[in-house]
Amino acid sequence: MEIFQIVAVGLIATILSVLIKNEKPEVSMYISLTAGIIIFLFIITRLQSVIEILGQLANKVNIDSIYLSIVLKIVGIAYIAEFGAQVCKDAGEGVMASKIEFAGKILIMVMAVPILVSLMDLIVNMVP
Amino acid sequence: MVMNVDIIFKIAAIGIVVTILNQVLIEAGRKEQAMLTTLVGVIVVLTMVINLVTDLFDTVKTMFQLY
Repeated sequence: MEIFQIVAVGLIATILSVLIKNEKPEVSMYISLTAGIIIFLFIITRLQSVIEILGQLANKVNIDSIYLSIVLKIVGIAYIAEFGAQVCKDAGEGVMASKIEFAGKILIMVMAVPILVSLMDLIVNMVP
Repeated sequence: MVMNVDIIFKIAAIGIVVTILNQVLIEAGRKEQAMLTTLVGVIVVLTMVINLVTDLFDTVKTMFQLY
């Protein structure tokens, strides 16, 4: 089971990071960042299959594939923004973290505008 | 994708070696060399971490079609 490997990697990285924290805080930040990336790269293959299944479902119900790709884009932006913000917060840079989150929200809003527009059209057409 | 866990141990090893070198150089009275070794250590680790971060960004880009 992968979960055991992931927890093992996380624990080892935390111990090493704490070991070096008081002498070299920057190296301990590198270690936690590396461990996060390794765990994500390890688990990403599972996400690939989920996305394919979602795509098939969307085709079956003949939802326009543009909406699914926009939703995926938004999830991607949210994940990367959250990853960056967490790393900055972990390093003690709260201001940087909030700026990253703010930029992420703006980008997501920009991505969501087409969906809002199509929703508005739908509503307008429904009302006779 | 096999777990390339050795990168974590490499970074931890570099951190420990740099710390020890630092102490030795400070004891030997050469403060500036100590600073230099710290800098070199951090830069080496930075290049390794940057390669990993670009891997992460490429994966996310292909995964979520974020071109």
